[in-house]
Amino acid sequence: MRITQGCFSFLPDLTDEQISAQVQYCLEKGWAVNIEFTDDPHPRNTYWEMWGLPMFDLRDAAGIMKELADCRRVYGDRYIRLSGFDSSHGWESVRISFIVNRPKEEPGFRLDRQEAAGRNVRYSTHAHAATRPEGERYG
Amino acid sequence: MNDQSMTIQGKDRYRSGVMEYRRMGYWEPDYQPKDTDIIALFRVTPQDGVDPIEACSAVAGESSTATWTVVWTDRLTAAEKYRAKCYRVDPVPNSPGSYFAYIAYDLDLFEPGSIANLTASIIGNVFGFKPLKALRLEDMRLPVAYVKTFQGPATGIVVERERLDKFGRPLLGATVKPKLGLSGRNYGRVVYEALKGGLDFTKDDENINSQPFMHWRERFLYCMEAVNRAQSATGELKGTYLNVTAATMEDMYERAEFARELGSVIVMIDLVIGYTAIQSMAKWARRNDMILHLHRAGHSTYTRQRNHGVSFRVIAKWMRLAGVDHIHAGTVVGKLEGDPNTTRGYYDICREDINPTRLEHGVFFDQHWASLNKMMPVASGGIHAGQMHQLVDLLGEDVVLQFGGGTIGHPRGIQAGAIANRVALEAMILARNEGRDYVHEGPEILAKAAQSCTPLREALEVWKDVTFNYESTDAPDYVPTPSVAA
Repeated sequence: MRITQGCFSFLPDLTDEQISAQVQYCLEKGWAVNIEFTDDPHPRNTYWEMWGLPMFDLRDAAGIMKELADCRRVYGDRYIRLSGFDSSHGWESVRISFIVNRPKEEPGFRLDRQEAAGRNVRYSTHAHAATRPEGERYG
Repeated sequence: MNDQSMTIQGKDRYRSGVMEYRRMGYWEPDYQPKDTDIIALFRVTPQDGVDPIEACSAVAGESSTATWTVVWTDRLTAAEKYRAKCYRVDPVPNSPGSYFAYIAYDLDLFEPGSIANLTASIIGNVFGFKPLKALRLEDMRLPVAYVKTFQGPATGIVVERERLDKFGRPLLGATVKPKLGLSGRNYGRVVYEALKGGLDFTKDDENINSQPFMHWRERFLYCMEAVNRAQSATGELKGTYLNVTAATMEDMYERAEFARELGSVIVMIDLVIGYTAIQSMAKWARRNDMILHLHRAGHSTYTRQRNHGVSFRVIAKWMRLAGVDHIHAGTVVGKLEGDPNTTRGYYDICREDINPTRLEHGVFFDQHWASLNKMMPVASGGIHAGQMHQLVDLLGEDVVLQFGGGTIGHPRGIQAGAIANRVALEAMILARNEGRDYVHEGPEILAKAAQSCTPLREALEVWKDVTFNYESTDAPDYVPTPSVAA
């Protein structure tokens, strides 16, 4: 399966040139670009690991593309996403977020159902990969 | 026409009998509205032979302290303060016989945090007043001092996006069709297919409550099975607007609580439940971490005709105060009424912290929202993937685009319809961010994306000629009406 989190998951994987154009869009808006990675793609896993701090003062996408290349060298077997953070009043949150790296194989999720009173069912979603220890989940 | 006050002063003002409203203190052309005043702008169409200033003064009187005759008991109160004051009357451009009346109301006239109280005055008796042929509430300026007495949207756009982990693009939804007749089991099938295909939300229609073909618990249970299945199939959070509209508040709370128990992130209500019920549900939603979707069922009975009723921009302001998170606000290009400039005004009211006066969008006042949460506008009704460039251009990024027929009517099924919409959207956002002239290149961008996406190719083919170009009944008074080319 292919997880569809982020802004562009329904398109073919973005090329570095396409990623760079999106980064440049963020920088022109004055947003800080952040690189994060994880091997636990659960849809409610909010806090992916940060690759350094959000890059607040960059003007040129090249700097971020270099960091992304470094991150891929170390964590290329995991999910990596870029996000643009807007600190302006009334937003102060993420403005865009998209996946730029995926594991070679995405085993997906298991849905557990616990039958409860009446016809209620308690659902929980498990990433198959997350059954193994962190760092040993993909590849 | 805005010359001198005609107010009678001293004890003559209180002589028993009937007196013209403009002489009773409801016409004060020298009055400077205070920052804390609520201001209403009415479109007043007096009966033939009725003086416009008198008609507008009567609107001020009948929506505040006046009755048809002088009463001595006014003298037991600070009556000058409580009288609403009409301070300006302008002829409506290109509309002989109609006048814009600006009326200021003192803040003390209103109970804090109550839409019911506000509306009982502003759109109460006055709309049936005999000397008027027609009356329309066009816009209101709500002072910060008043705005701050309301909770506002339970969740707001930013937190909704954070909770759902969806940023940078409009959200996608679909209303389950047919709107009536599906059993719970079949209904859940539509929800599953649409969400798994790539939509973020599905939606109950306004009149799906609890009918013989599908009682509400059946719907809720099957829908949540579908939501959870789709979530685990995509790794992405999904929601379905479970309509909790019911006959009584007790029923609505029961349904909402069941939705929460089942893990739904969103519930839905209809505008017809009334302002107080809406405020109650907004408070419930805030307490229960729930997004609250409002379907504006019924609004066209009073918003659509320009001469009489209440403009939707006013309803949108009231709903932002009342505290809903989603509100249907028009599509411009779809099947339902929506002049592009007027619709732009509604969207700004939903999403901005400050609305500057923009007569060309029908926005008559500067409105400060004082950091009240933002409402997500919802565009629904007769839209399809082939219009994606226009939708992104006209409606922006913080909007739910609802493709009901445009998903479920896809020749190869609901999942294919959902994929087509999502691919079209992502391709358009990618192109926009790359700096391309996506509005003009839209059809090319879609055609390119369709090369690697068969469902999109099929959708573009099926709906290529569908447009709804009719003249708007509610265009702004201050600009010519542009027509939308499809």
